Amino acid sequence: MSTDADLLDLAAGLFLLAAVAILWRRDVVAQTKWLIVQGAALTGIAVVLGADERHPELYAVAAGIGLLRAVVLPALVRRAIEARSEDRETAPLINIGASLLAAAALVLLAYAVTQPLVRLEATAAARALPVGFAVVLIGLLVLVTRRKALSQIVGFLLLDNGITAVAFLAAAGVPILVELGVSFDLLLAVLVLRVLTARLRAAFGSVDLDEMRELHD
Amino acid sequence: MLAISLVQAFLVLFGAPLLVGWMRQLRSRLEGRVGAGMLQPWRDLVKLLRKAPQQPEGTGPAFRIAPLLGVACGGVAAAAIPLLSTRTGLGAGADLIAVVALLTLATAALALAGLDTGTAFGGMGASREMTITALAEPAVLTAVFALATRVGSTNLPAIVAATLNHGARLASPATLLAAVALGVVVLAETGRLPVDNPATHLELTMMHEAMVLEYSGPDLALIELGAAMRLTVLLGLWSALFAPWGIATGTSVAALAIALAALVAKTALLGALIAVGEVFMAKLRLFRVPELLAGSFLLAVLAVTASFFLA
Repeated sequence: MSTDADLLDLAAGLFLLAAVAILWRRDVVAQTKWLIVQGAALTGIAVVLGADERHPELYAVAAGIGLLRAVVLPALVRRAIEARSEDRETAPLINIGASLLAAAALVLLAYAVTQPLVRLEATAAARALPVGFAVVLIGLLVLVTRRKALSQIVGFLLLDNGITAVAFLAAAGVPILVELGVSFDLLLAVLVLRVLTARLRAAFGSVDLDEMRELHD
Repeated sequence: MLAISLVQAFLVLFGAPLLVGWMRQLRSRLEGRVGAGMLQPWRDLVKLLRKAPQQPEGTGPAFRIAPLLGVACGGVAAAAIPLLSTRTGLGAGADLIAVVALLTLATAALALAGLDTGTAFGGMGASREMTITALAEPAVLTAVFALATRVGSTNLPAIVAATLNHGARLASPATLLAAVALGVVVLAETGRLPVDNPATHLELTMMHEAMVLEYSGPDLALIELGAAMRLTVLLGLWSALFAPWGIATGTSVAALAIALAALVAKTALLGALIAVGEVFMAKLRLFRVPELLAGSFLLAVLAVTASFFLA
């Protein structure tokens, strides 16, 4: 196996491991650190694919991705966390042990579902495709089973990282214009969610979305 | 060669308390204490062996067999694992699943002995220990499958020889994930932090110590020796699977001497890492331990999928 394939496997493995670690850790600050690791792994995937396919514009896209997903977005989430303890702990709807077992099932599901895509090509990128799908599913799991708004933002970022990974592994990236558009949308979404979280906290005293089931005066 | 297996078994028998003494001494020094020296566990064992055997009223064969089974399983596992050379005399019997089963047999025997005493602490320790073991077993077996799919068999010498021949396999995601998963399981099975505190005096925080609370004299010596052998065997297994450099593939004396030095160095290093980590770690609360073991199981599942699909 060539070193490029080995590097791609390692980057994809680190990508999936970061998703698992975000699901495992209760503390939103620790989850932000793992988001940085995941952004770096995604940049690694893009760089290895750029070296492999010899597309120089992939390097520019990789730099943009690295800046956005490993630096800017985790910093935004980190700054939205207040020092109060009730915002730092996630309050999952299913406990952490059960979510980890559900993640194992989701990884197997992702591998089973993407087999037709993997069989299309015998390259290392196609073999690593199920990892992107698995991260999408794990991101959905985090988004759906967490109560606090900040944890849901982390899940949303996980989902988007997974979608980008699938785009890179399946199609060697998207055109640079599309990537710029998607990145700005993501940045805008996180900024809006930050403002919304601050307003929620100011109005209701907590960001537990399960408490907000009916209209109040 | 059967002689190599016997040498391995005796090496683990006599070296295990030294390893425990090394870890305790390192931990003492880091905590600012003078420590009792590396030979203290052997001094304790000799002292205990000289005492008169006592058996609590109402206990039966389960209580008597557990210490013997602990040492015996540790010895047979030490004979089966290729610690010094891949040419152990056990052939197809040196199976990874068989070694895991042996160690679980020793745990189950100890849990039964804890129940046999009829005391509250024995029952509590036994139930906690079996919960941990029941959650750790799927992780171990899944990680074993991850390693075995690469080679096509669960025979330990075959796995170690394959890893020695293809050194690049060690950097693949499957092996790294399996290494972390098995590392967590080793901590759980040997009763180290963050799963169980080996130095605690409070019965409510004990698991292993609660089960053996009623033992005294030579039986307690065998229990301690069995626990030390278990730690040595598991650290040796981990280093044979994931850091097999130095293990001899033949039977020449020079290669075996190098293998001995490498084994001592690797086991001492792993023990030192665990001891240093224990200084900085706190014990997890009991209801958090299933979380840790579920995470270890997930990592093992990822290792299996990675070895099936990414290779």
